[in-house]
Amino acid sequence: MFQQLNHNMGSYARFILRRDRFRLPVWVISLVLLTVVTAMSYTLLAPTEQDRAMMAATVANPAVTAMFGPGWGLDNYHFGAIMGHQMLLFTALLVAVMSILLTVRHTRGDEESGRIEMIRSLPVGRLTILSSTALVMFGANLVLALLTAFGLFVLGLEGIDWHGSLLYGASLGATGFLFAAVTGLFAQLSDNSRGTMGYSFAFLGLAYLVRGIGDVGNETLSWFSPLGWIVRTQVYVNNYWGPFLLITGAAIAFFALALYLNSLRDLGAGFIPAKPGRKTASPLLLSPLGLAFRLQRGTIIGWAVAMFLLGASYGSVLGDLDSYLESMEIIRDVLIVAEGFSLTEQFIPMLMAVMAMSAAIPVLLMILKVRAEESRNRMEHLLARAVSRTSILGSYMLLSVLAGFVMMLAAILGMWSAGAATMEAPLALSTISNAGMTYLPALWVMSGIGALMVGLLPRAVSFTWFYLGYSFFVVYLGALLQLPVWMARLSPFGHVPKLPVEEANFAVYTILAFIALVLTVIGFGSYNRRDIAG
Amino acid sequence: MTVIKTTNLTKRFGRLTALDQVNLEVKQGEVYGFIGPNGAGKTTAIRVLLGILKATGGQATVFGKDAWKHAVEIHRRIAFVPGEVNLWSNLTGGEVIDLFVKLRGAGNKNRREELVKKFDLDTAKKCGTYSKGNRQKVALVAAFASDADLYILDEPSAGLDPLMEQVFQECVLEARKEGKSVFLSSHILSEVEKLCDRISIIRQGRIIESGSLDELRHLTRIRVRVETRKPVTFLKDTKGVYDIGEKGQTISFQVDTEVLGDVMKRLSEAEIVKLESQPPTLEDLFMRHYRGVGGGQ
Ligand SMILES: Nc1ncnc2c1ncn2[C@@H]1O[C@H](COP(=O)(O)OP(=O)(O)OP(=O)(O)O)[C@@H](O)[C@H]1O
Ligand SMILES: [Mg+2]
Repeated sequence: MFQQLNHNMGSYARFILRRDRFRLPVWVISLVLLTVVTAMSYTLLAPTEQDRAMMAATVANPAVTAMFGPGWGLDNYHFGAIMGHQMLLFTALLVAVMSILLTVRHTRGDEESGRIEMIRSLPVGRLTILSSTALVMFGANLVLALLTAFGLFVLGLEGIDWHGSLLYGASLGATGFLFAAVTGLFAQLSDNSRGTMGYSFAFLGLAYLVRGIGDVGNETLSWFSPLGWIVRTQVYVNNYWGPFLLITGAAIAFFALALYLNSLRDLGAGFIPAKPGRKTASPLLLSPLGLAFRLQRGTIIGWAVAMFLLGASYGSVLGDLDSYLESMEIIRDVLIVAEGFSLTEQFIPMLMAVMAMSAAIPVLLMILKVRAEESRNRMEHLLARAVSRTSILGSYMLLSVLAGFVMMLAAILGMWSAGAATMEAPLALSTISNAGMTYLPALWVMSGIGALMVGLLPRAVSFTWFYLGYSFFVVYLGALLQLPVWMARLSPFGHVPKLPVEEANFAVYTILAFIALVLTVIGFGSYNRRDIAG
Repeated sequence: MTVIKTTNLTKRFGRLTALDQVNLEVKQGEVYGFIGPNGAGKTTAIRVLLGILKATGGQATVFGKDAWKHAVEIHRRIAFVPGEVNLWSNLTGGEVIDLFVKLRGAGNKNRREELVKKFDLDTAKKCGTYSKGNRQKVALVAAFASDADLYILDEPSAGLDPLMEQVFQECVLEARKEGKSVFLSSHILSEVEKLCDRISIIRQGRIIESGSLDELRHLTRIRVRVETRKPVTFLKDTKGVYDIGEKGQTISFQVDTEVLGDVMKRLSEAEIVKLESQPPTLEDLFMRHYRGVGGGQ
């Protein structure tokens, strides 16, 4: 029976590997490199034991705990402890994203596009597709785990021993496998790939949020989140394997459940039923803009909620942060860069940068949708009717720009309201709002780059994601890793004045806006001139 | 009046020439068939006519206007059914039909309802749950509910069951009766034979044959079955005779129209007992062209 259901699992797994022969290595190698390069850079950043003790003192605060998890071994903050504290969770998030994207692609994504129908007509078992996807994801995460462990160990840094490196890699791999399993489960519940992706990312977001709140406040809560488990391996400090086993066990359980549900359902069906819809369209839908909005409504709402929660989770620790930092003279000496501002205020630009770059994700999604629609052969429906290319691209561009504003607004409101609830002397809404909205011109540049790529280089639109990843790396980690300034200058986010510590600089805003405009104009021009694939 | 006209239309994708000096002319009120094997360039030609692809060379005009430059203007008078209907999985069929009709311009509400009923389409269902045939119906209802002057249909009946195919053919004939023009690409030859006034056959990006069905038949071979008293041996050595099969006294073969007279004369010398001849079906025509132009097989 089991054999029947999983017939040809090996060959199908090989087929998946073939389809992902570039995608998969790129993901795995970039993630391993990220880990290794970061570990190396800490030797530049904090070469002496004293530097690291100083660093330990700066990061021992609730805001950092909320973002990266609790710090273990702060009293002996060697490179191992630093990696376990500052990199493990962050990398785990990226590994989870990889697993979610790849798993959706090979399960519900293929099923929705009708490809699985074709495959299933061959001598392939009913569960083969899910089980081979599981096999591939297991293999990919295993390779990732081993390479990471090996890569860390060979650096030979203080505190980075063989045992810890193995646990470090294994925990990352197990987390990746767990999120593949969770996605596999959602692929059974939802009957479309958008839903599957949405549920999976919501689960990831929730796991991060629950862990953040738990780590700062109530430790028990953290045990309800798989991301709470991984930081509790206390890797390189105490090397607990328990949480790793917990993650692996949960992954196996989720996959088993997914396989069971898969065996019950029909091809194309899902357990969350689709309800009957409208027989006629609402007038709001009946324009290119209406359609563009309708197609992305869920994305906008979902991201706005996520941005609000992200803002709120940062805002909620602002209150503690100030009093905590106030009480510790040494830390104040380390942190103070600008006179006349509270520590909280100095922290805000960094938080806002993170939120603005997170907001750039929906901003890019909105504009790159033009290309996604084209690859799915749905643009020709519009273009064959009395709709100009400018009005199509314009609709998506408008949504992209508006989304940037909405996302920042949500983040600002989240941060402000949570801050107001927890702080004795809450920050003024205008302070937070200015600190957030200062990033809008940078988001316009991102929209502009999206439009440019869609018009000029439609085959290479994924470059924009690399560019955003680069921005994140240099702007967020750049200060920490003491990267040269010009690297951050290559990103629009690296130019934005850091309100409230710095002053608003309208010349910078104007230049950014102008760059955005030029990119957009070129994008529109090219889009009007090129072939549309479908 | 000419509705569609292309002159030496050429489209290249990199090194591949998908359309090579294509000349087409569709007149008003005419149903024009466009046939050819897979990958011949039919969809490419249609996309150029719709201004979705830009021609590499030559010209394409619709209603006398340049297909690329005046795309939006032209499209107000066109209804289109794509070769592969991909719809948004989270919109319902009804929503998509309304959207398509609205984006083109004016539509006819009663006509829409009538067509939905005729095509037996459940418009409350999400497009993601539709079968291929049902997605096709959504596109067809949207096209025929529009008051267009020209219908461009790319394999419109792919995936339809025979009953729905019938409904579709009625829609086309009705449009023709109202004096509208139809440009129909199809693999279903019986459909083309039934509906089309004129036909073009395209192969590897080149038009290899155009004209009315009668004209095309004229150019081709007739299938003959003959029973004679005396044995017939000359056929094998005659130019223009193909596909010879013998069964007892009955011989069947195909013959080019130019040599038909000669062949008949010599056959009658062998004392004909029974003679059947068949005009070539479109399928014969087609097979001949699809397999390679010219000579025997
Ligand atoms: N965007 C493109 N880029 C490169 N080649 C293309 C592109 N679109 C079509 N082609 C190629 O052009 C040729 C003609 O394709 P086209 O889709 O027009 O054929 P068709 O006659 O519609 O075939 P079918 O009957 O299968 O629908 C094919 O060889 C195809 O592979
Ligand atoms: Mg085609």
